[in-house]
Amino acid sequence: MKGSDKVQTLSLRGLEPAAPQQLGAVRLVPLLRSQVGGDLRLSLRRYKDAFGVVALDGEPDGRRLNPGLKYMGYVPHGLVMSWSDDGSPITAFGTQMMADSDGDTKQLGRGGPVTARLLHRMVKRESGNRLRFLPLHLAMEGYLSLHFGGPDIAWSEYSRQALREGLDPRYETVAFGRDINRLDAALRTFEIHEGQCGMLLCVADALASAFVVPHPDDYRILHHSLIEDFYGDLIYQYSYQYRDLPRLAPYDEGPDSQRPKTLAELRVLFEKSRRSWADVGHLLTSGLVGRSVTSERVYRAGPFSLQRFVTSLRLDDENHIGETIVREDGTVEYLKTYRLSSGQAKRAFLLQTLAQHNWNLDAAAASQNQTRSALMGRLVNAGFGYLIAEHVLRAARRHR
Amino acid sequence: MKKTLPSQSAAAAAERVAREDLVLFINACFASTGQSEFYGDSAGQGVSIRFLHEYILGNYRRLYARTLAAGVNHFNQMLIVRNLLAAGAPKEPAQRLEEGQLILAALLGLPPQRAYHLLRELRAARINNRRSRGVVRLFLARRPDLAFDAVKYRAHVRAAAAHTHLKLPAEVAEFVFVGSKRRAAFQTPLFESFRRAHYSAEAIYELPYTIAAGLARRHKLPSDEFLRRIAPRMTANERLRLLGTAAREGVKEVAFDLGRAALTKLCLYLLSLPVDEKRERRAELEAALGSAAERSLRRTPVALGRVAVVLDRSFSSSGSEEKRRRPLGVALGVSALLQRAARECRTFWTAALPEHDGRPDELLVTPRGQTGLAAPLLSALEWNPELVVIVSDGYENDPPGAVAEVVRMFRRYFDREHRISIVHANPVFDSDRYMPRVLGESLPTIGLRDAEDLLTMLGFARFADGSAPLAELESYLAARMPQLLRRLGRSAAAPEVAAEAEAEHEGQ
Repeated sequence: MKGSDKVQTLSLRGLEPAAPQQLGAVRLVPLLRSQVGGDLRLSLRRYKDAFGVVALDGEPDGRRLNPGLKYMGYVPHGLVMSWSDDGSPITAFGTQMMADSDGDTKQLGRGGPVTARLLHRMVKRESGNRLRFLPLHLAMEGYLSLHFGGPDIAWSEYSRQALREGLDPRYETVAFGRDINRLDAALRTFEIHEGQCGMLLCVADALASAFVVPHPDDYRILHHSLIEDFYGDLIYQYSYQYRDLPRLAPYDEGPDSQRPKTLAELRVLFEKSRRSWADVGHLLTSGLVGRSVTSERVYRAGPFSLQRFVTSLRLDDENHIGETIVREDGTVEYLKTYRLSSGQAKRAFLLQTLAQHNWNLDAAAASQNQTRSALMGRLVNAGFGYLIAEHVLRAARRHR
Repeated sequence: MKKTLPSQSAAAAAERVAREDLVLFINACFASTGQSEFYGDSAGQGVSIRFLHEYILGNYRRLYARTLAAGVNHFNQMLIVRNLLAAGAPKEPAQRLEEGQLILAALLGLPPQRAYHLLRELRAARINNRRSRGVVRLFLARRPDLAFDAVKYRAHVRAAAAHTHLKLPAEVAEFVFVGSKRRAAFQTPLFESFRRAHYSAEAIYELPYTIAAGLARRHKLPSDEFLRRIAPRMTANERLRLLGTAAREGVKEVAFDLGRAALTKLCLYLLSLPVDEKRERRAELEAALGSAAERSLRRTPVALGRVAVVLDRSFSSSGSEEKRRRPLGVALGVSALLQRAARECRTFWTAALPEHDGRPDELLVTPRGQTGLAAPLLSALEWNPELVVIVSDGYENDPPGAVAEVVRMFRRYFDREHRISIVHANPVFDSDRYMPRVLGESLPTIGLRDAEDLLTMLGFARFADGSAPLAELESYLAARMPQLLRRLGRSAAAPEVAAEAEAEHEGQ
């Protein structure tokens, strides 16, 4: 795989999981990087306003909103990536004396109890080798805009709204990190390893998010931003459902199987068993690593490319969306994932099925071994009832 | 197989339960202070330790009282005294006498602010039985300078006197109940200074620092002038606490000989200094650490052979808001202490420290990184020591459970005769388990509040690993009692308390 190519399967190349640290139902697995490049750095940019409006196509003009596609959500921070083209080490943006950090945004309205911030695009180049992007929102926007245009062919079953405006407005709900039970305590008491560049965040051993940055110093700063991120509904429910977790340890054939003769041999055995803790990390990421993904390149920066992806959708398995920065040689420099809730996966799956069959309801139903009315029932349950014309739905209900 | 009689095995089981309970309790009493820790909040800590106290008091009352003599920390001594006073005097005269003596001796041994706080707590908890009134009376009678106490702890003395209907000496009573509102002058100079200080800024410099500080605000004195002139009235701990403020204000009078500070207090002060200052004042700070360690060694002289110390400097040793850097301070103190107590000593930190003069530069230690204790433990064992002391909060995570496994395999393949002792000292109380968190079954864990207690605690370690029987633990506690009771004085104390106990009995 080359950096210019799109990511096809997800990997954690260049990263090794260490022994997890656990508090309540939250298990945190540190990811260590043996070789740190130094030519790509990430830094955090905080936005004071809780609510963010991202103008996806139009230029923000002063303090007014122009017509055009907008993404709205809780955007507490952005990430600024700086890189060098020739591989020489650089310092992270923010450690340098630079101009106003709010330069790329504008505040909407004239203050008040809740203010909103207008941001220009999900990903924006700020100067020569500096790029600002909105973590997770980049992936979430990719997910929300899946088949956003609606039916390509004006089948008579679809409502006039669906034909005229597509899926607009499309929304999803998520759980904030602060609402996840004891995630704050788990992040506070987590002991960051030397050389740690990432983390697998699991609740009740369900992978909530994988987070990877290029440099250990960046990780130390970005560690606490994990509480400001958003997570899937399942993670929220699990955090209240489980108070404690069973002990999880790598399979060991028993240390006594090899009898050490000297203390040096005992140390070798110990180092071996220590490395085997990576198995626990591999086990927890089995639903993410190695999955084939559909990805889209968002930006190319020297040897790096910023991409967003959705894992192949499976209704009986975990599904993730996310964004990643990969180097030309395939090393994962940055990764942030979000686990779709089952409802979200279902919605994406239904849209995908329809789109594959040119939005023909009969063909789509046949591919699912279902009747047309059953498929329509599923669409209604998934919240897409507004796409189907009223009289068609009524007829379908009668025939069910 | 030999069959044991049911009654015999039941007795053995009861003995085991009793021993484990007591070891658990005493261990908890060494570490717990009811304050928040890195992994646990203060509410949980308080609930946990109070439950443990009530359980032990209900089941093993005699040993509960004797724990006062085991050298447990002040917080737990206070809790024991309070619970014993609340429970009322026991029926049996000998036990009543012993308990009375222990309570009074412990109360006199506490720092005065803690002892007075306890007296005030009696009022809040509505404990007012005959014995507690007697204890308050005897305690106040034995204070070396009641007039000074009446000024410095005025509200406490007033509360204790009012609660127990105690007749204080005439002018003391006048002072604590009327105070500065009195028009006429007091005979006692300190009382008179206190009265005048409410009107004249000059008089406040004759008062203890804490009282003067409150009045200085009322007189709106500039803080540098106030610090300069009140300096001679400060206690040692107040000076240590105010060193930073004094430096900021440019006041040279608040000087403190760091070598005179208690070892753990000094370590916490050292850890609070900025790195550059530590580098600049290296010679002075290292000398102070050395002399503080020497002094605590003189108090409990122990000669150790070849000692390896494994010290935890992981992020969790940063402690909590209430106990800032305490686990790391204790680790630093233990290192300084053992380097002087042992013939040969080497330290192994969880993450390597920068070198200075070919030794790890412990002065610059910071809480950072994960808890990987097994690797330094292996290095320590390779050095072939006689004793290994591990100082850690017990939250091992790189990887979990490795120390227990290393110790088990080491014992099995290299040290079947237990020539090398391995002890884990834990400065943190785990409220979920009612004890300091253990590193595994294969090595004993002892609670440790102050580094200077380590040498005493090493004697307790054999109870913690369960090898010594209950009778031995009881005799250990009994043997430590005379040390505590020495505070009551050689001649006068015993009959006085005995008479008190008798009087109580008659009154019932």
